[in-house]
Amino acid sequence: MNPALQAVVTIVVGVGGCIGYFWLSNFILDTVIFPASGPRAGRNINRANMVRPWLFLFPALVALGLYLAYPVVATFLLSLHDDGTFVGFANYAQMMSEDKFWESIGNNILWLLFVPAASTAFGLLIAQLTDRIGWGNVAKSLIFMPMAISFVGASVIWKLIYDARPAGQEQIGILNAIYLWFGGDQPMTWLTIPFWNSFFLMAVLIWIQAGFAMVILSAALRGIPEETIEAAVLDGANPFQVFFKIKMPQIMGTIVVVWTTITIVVLKVFDIVLAMTNGQWETQVLANYMYDKFFRAFDTGVGSASAMVIMLLVMPILVWNVYNARKEMR
Amino acid sequence: MSLISGRKSGLTWAVHISTLCLVLLWVMPTFGLLVSSFRTGDQISNSGWWQALGAQETRVPPIRISGDEVETDGGFTIAGNLFGVDGSNVTLWGTSSQATQAYEAGQTADLSDGMKLTVVADGSFALTAPDSFSDKRLPRVFATAVIPPEFSLDNYRTVLFSPLAGQSIGQAFLNTLTVSIPATIIPILVAAFAAYALAWMRFPGRALLVAAVVGLLVVPLQLALIPLLQFHNWIGIGKGYLGIWLAHTGFGLPLAIYLLRNYMVGLPKDIIENARVDGATEFQIFMKIILPLSFPALASFAIFQFLWTWNDLLVALVFLGTSNDQQVLTGNLVNLMGSRGGDWEILASSAFVSIAVPLIVFFAMQKYLVRGLLAGSVK
Repeated sequence: MNPALQAVVTIVVGVGGCIGYFWLSNFILDTVIFPASGPRAGRNINRANMVRPWLFLFPALVALGLYLAYPVVATFLLSLHDDGTFVGFANYAQMMSEDKFWESIGNNILWLLFVPAASTAFGLLIAQLTDRIGWGNVAKSLIFMPMAISFVGASVIWKLIYDARPAGQEQIGILNAIYLWFGGDQPMTWLTIPFWNSFFLMAVLIWIQAGFAMVILSAALRGIPEETIEAAVLDGANPFQVFFKIKMPQIMGTIVVVWTTITIVVLKVFDIVLAMTNGQWETQVLANYMYDKFFRAFDTGVGSASAMVIMLLVMPILVWNVYNARKEMR
Repeated sequence: MSLISGRKSGLTWAVHISTLCLVLLWVMPTFGLLVSSFRTGDQISNSGWWQALGAQETRVPPIRISGDEVETDGGFTIAGNLFGVDGSNVTLWGTSSQATQAYEAGQTADLSDGMKLTVVADGSFALTAPDSFSDKRLPRVFATAVIPPEFSLDNYRTVLFSPLAGQSIGQAFLNTLTVSIPATIIPILVAAFAAYALAWMRFPGRALLVAAVVGLLVVPLQLALIPLLQFHNWIGIGKGYLGIWLAHTGFGLPLAIYLLRNYMVGLPKDIIENARVDGATEFQIFMKIILPLSFPALASFAIFQFLWTWNDLLVALVFLGTSNDQQVLTGNLVNLMGSRGGDWEILASSAFVSIAVPLIVFFAMQKYLVRGLLAGSVK
């Protein structure tokens, strides 16, 4: 069937089916099973109301359970098998014996240290700077714009910046042009320099995520009570003291949220490394390593094992977020 | 602060300038690629995009003289202009690749076959010969000239209308649209019902479920790929559109439920209570009161999810094939980076075709996108 037609049919079936299911189930519950009339009306209404939330939740629970909860367990089980035979932790042992794995872990640690910090710092800086100026919204819009671009698109944009032509020719990559202008002797192939190339890749993610940090921190800054700032100014604080001693402590909660959200994105980042270096020149990261194992080497066991490692790294944030959510619910 | 202290702080100028620098720094990468997408391959290879913005001196690739010959007294002449644009300024020129700067503008060169060629500063040339040009080989001119910026839409024409590396980007565009639209619409309804239950209905285990949703928000995508692909193969839908719609629905639900629930909790309690007292069923309350009131949150999630599914690469690589009628724009772009990595004019225009729609959606609906991000993030 023509995909576009299939899409329209799916939308109609999906939406219609959803509405149909909810209406029908509610109808059956309210009129057939627990009718709200007759001698037992009160008890029936109560019972209907006890069942009803589960009706509303049912499709979502099925989808969530199938697409997110079950895979966690299934991946763990897959990591213990090799093509169907149970091998215990052999996959993990094999994974940990590979240099590429340790290289990935090392790079991921670098990314985790620098990208959330740099993105949050830039975001905070820009949020503060654009807070009171007239053209602040335009500035924020332009800095936020990279969030709309796909990671692959961003990779193309930055690959042009890092481009290197042989010495003697005109450079078309702006980084090399600036480098030569400031007195470098020959153009560098930035993405092949070991260790430093990871930082050049990180620049892409920082460029994208700073806008996200900026939007959220800007709203947080706006939410700071004006009186606290006024009081500090009256006491003679200069703008830097106001920022670091009054504003930052009050938005610390939001800073943590931004930091953890960007950390999760960093752990998932795969497109940038795939598109720009494909893990060569010691830039491999876990997400790309997992993709390699599964889709190039077709090794389900080790691929699942590396996916579990990513899950492990994300676990602290998961626990922290759930803990905060429960605290809020009370 | 300026209101309190009573005078404009000197810091204001520093703020404006630093903001301007940061904005320029952030916009420059995208702008560079945009400029490059309008230049020809030759131009891109020979000079940086920042030089294309102003007239620059370049060594123009050889241009072969062409034109109609006119019989003048004593011989034949072909006259014309080397460049199609005005404002060029030729400084040096030559007729052979070994001596590309042999003559200055205005000089006359003696060529073989009795031909004489004069090239003037503005690019006009005059080629004379005692007899007809019909059996002669017309010379090429190598010019070093200052040419005003020249842009063209050719790259976009090539990219949109002819298949590159076996894949047509126009088709990829349609494929991406086919993936994104259902993947945005379907999760909304499912999530809205669930969010309403979690926000306004009392039942045991509600807090636990909300915590579970928050937890699932964090689960990395990578974890789900292998088992779900096996599952899809097992139930028979394999790699295809149905699979990717279901996958995006599943992956997008935690965020949808989280956003919508946060918003619905803030809805005025009285309206709902009054409706219940008036005898409306829960279903009616949901369809007629909750859904319309939640429109901002629905719009926020819709834009978020649309951008996410449009820009996604990993889910498409796993759950959708790579044949021409299934490959999406991101996959197409990654292939081009591999196969035509050096052809920046193709890469640049393809990249912009793929990011055009998200940018339009972004600029048109920024308000909703921002609101969606802020939901629950500001403490």
